[in-house]
Amino acid sequence: MPLASRHLLGLRGVPKEDIQQILDSAASFREVLERPIKKVPTLQGKTIVNLFYESSTRTRISFDLAERRLSADVVHFTSDSSSVKKGETLRDTARNLEAMKIDMIVVRHSAAGAAKFLSDVVKANVVNAGDGAHEHPTQALLDMYTLREKFNSLEGLRVCILGDILHSRVARSNIHGLLTMGAKVSVCGPRTLIPRDIGEMGVEVYTDVDEAIRDVDAVNVLRIQHERMERAYFPSIREYHRVFGLTAERLAKAKPHTVVLHPGPINRDVELSADVADGERSLILRQVLNGVAVRMAVLYLIGTGS
Amino acid sequence: MTTLLLKNARLVDPSNRLDVESDILIVGGKITKIGKNLTAESGAETVDLSGKTVAPGFLDMHVHFREPGFEHKETITTGCASAAAGGFTGVCCMPNTDPAIDNPAVVSFIHERGREALEGAVDVYCIAAVTKNREGKLLSPMSELAAAGVVAFSDDGSPVSDAEIMRRALEYAGMSGKPVIQHAEESSMTKGGAMNEGRTSTILGLPPIPAVAEEIMVGRDIRLAEYTGAAYHVAHVSTAGAVDHVRRARVLGLKVTCEVTPHHFSLTDDAVEGFDTNTKMNPPLRGKEDVAAMKEALRDGTIDVIATDHAPHSPDEKAVEFVNAPFGIVGLETAIGLAVTGLVEPGIISLNRMIELFSINPRKILGLPAVEIAEGKPANLTIMDLGVEYTVDTASFKSKSKNSPFGGKKLRGKAVGIVNNGRAIFA
Repeated sequence: MPLASRHLLGLRGVPKEDIQQILDSAASFREVLERPIKKVPTLQGKTIVNLFYESSTRTRISFDLAERRLSADVVHFTSDSSSVKKGETLRDTARNLEAMKIDMIVVRHSAAGAAKFLSDVVKANVVNAGDGAHEHPTQALLDMYTLREKFNSLEGLRVCILGDILHSRVARSNIHGLLTMGAKVSVCGPRTLIPRDIGEMGVEVYTDVDEAIRDVDAVNVLRIQHERMERAYFPSIREYHRVFGLTAERLAKAKPHTVVLHPGPINRDVELSADVADGERSLILRQVLNGVAVRMAVLYLIGTGS
Repeated sequence: MTTLLLKNARLVDPSNRLDVESDILIVGGKITKIGKNLTAESGAETVDLSGKTVAPGFLDMHVHFREPGFEHKETITTGCASAAAGGFTGVCCMPNTDPAIDNPAVVSFIHERGREALEGAVDVYCIAAVTKNREGKLLSPMSELAAAGVVAFSDDGSPVSDAEIMRRALEYAGMSGKPVIQHAEESSMTKGGAMNEGRTSTILGLPPIPAVAEEIMVGRDIRLAEYTGAAYHVAHVSTAGAVDHVRRARVLGLKVTCEVTPHHFSLTDDAVEGFDTNTKMNPPLRGKEDVAAMKEALRDGTIDVIATDHAPHSPDEKAVEFVNAPFGIVGLETAIGLAVTGLVEPGIISLNRMIELFSINPRKILGLPAVEIAEGKPANLTIMDLGVEYTVDTASFKSKSKNSPFGGKKLRGKAVGIVNNGRAIFA
């Protein structure tokens, strides 16, 4: 079954069956990744441009590997090596790339809506690799894949997203995807870093970490950015860690099976203490491994769809 | 046009309680006769206006005609064409031009261009800057500017943030009797903002512009208006809290007035879904409760004026990521349709009240001579078809720019022509 959309711009509005299909398909690609030769000919002859306007190591490499393992031809475009400095608009850049007969664009951009904007101006399939604070659908899919792998099902699962919700596209995509799959979602963090109206997205809101994680199956810890202090979102890193950091001590008060996710890169001993990051409840490296398979599934389903 | 005979029109003028079906004879730019079965000498232009409504000419007290400085967006000539097509016989140009309207030379340049455009069919007035170069620091030469004929002062586009400067501006402008028009926004709370703070901004991840930032500025300014006794007008009011402030100021008898744009009573911030940059303006589209509050304030008289905040931008400037797009939409050619469809048709306001909002009140606030439909008065008329239904086609706009979120929207009611300064322009 082809997916409902020929782009993956976000998880909002993506039907449950499509998410299911992506996760199922990712499971097949996960097997491929265990083989000695980790490559399939699925996207042979397709050209994919990775259009990265924001620096990214993990996501870019993960997409790059996924594309190569599907045998696609891959071109990288990063803002520091590009015509962006010469003042070219996103629309012009995309149209120029398209004139070179590309099939798909994977885009990372600091502006919310940039992926949607691209999909309006080019014919190629667009996969959103993160647009501002809007969505980061493949991250949420790999988070969900990792949780499903651990718990077999997402239905009824209780997940708390902890940290800077306000600026987080990972949080938004997770909320949409998890709610669609029947999970219960809460958010927790300083009041300044939680959007006033987040409750309307169907999540519970906490400002007390102990209370927030007491009954959950998973905590998805978000990276806190130091520069947020400049606009008075929180007073200091020290205070953030004390009040909102996920420590072994705190985690001990949660259920014994509660697992920890983090989209990376980690600020050790800030949002997450080192012992938790490296501890047995951490699924962080599992997420990275699954990320490649999930992105292969997305590229495959989008690239061979309509 | 030396002699123009308009036949079978419905003449409506709330200022003299006129609402009749009648002919109207205009000679040399003056209304010489109102009555049934009028005839004109041979060679006179006769127009049958059966089914059409004639009102005192509409004045849009908030437009950006971009000249001098940004002629690729709009010129005074194309702006006047847009005004005429939208049924406006007068406009007030905001000072965020380059150079800004902060000295008499720019004022006379704009007046001159206005007299040339459409042979002067649209009265072009200037609203001069409150502060030099709209920087919020030093007062503009307000007395000289008043002498040059400006009708009000505003740093529109930017607020006058500094309370002390605002106090002085109200005191100094008060000498001329001209109002200070504030773009009410507490900038420290809106830095980087792209849309109203609410459910939609949360989902889209767009940087928010909270309603409270407008409300605290209106609240501050009203206290200053009370303290100084000066006339204060809130530009494009958009939140329930801000109109509440104005409502209370009225009870105190202060010289406080406000305007609303058609988009702020027609659309909510839900329209931003899909990241259409033609839904990006400042103040932003607000929540459902705010739109309801605009309608209530239009109904109960708290809002004095409908003004469009006509803000043209070229297609290229708007064809970018939402956060990078400039604020503003064109409004002159959809204003009547939105008011008729959104306010008069559903019975929120009467036709008389609509005419007060578009014609009578803005002139009162700005101290301009009243426009009347009466024998012996200058013919300054807006002609409308209130019943016509149509789909908005932005490509047909006379404005140089087409940045409107209303393309494809079905509206009822539009302008079919204007008469002013001895000129008649029919669509």
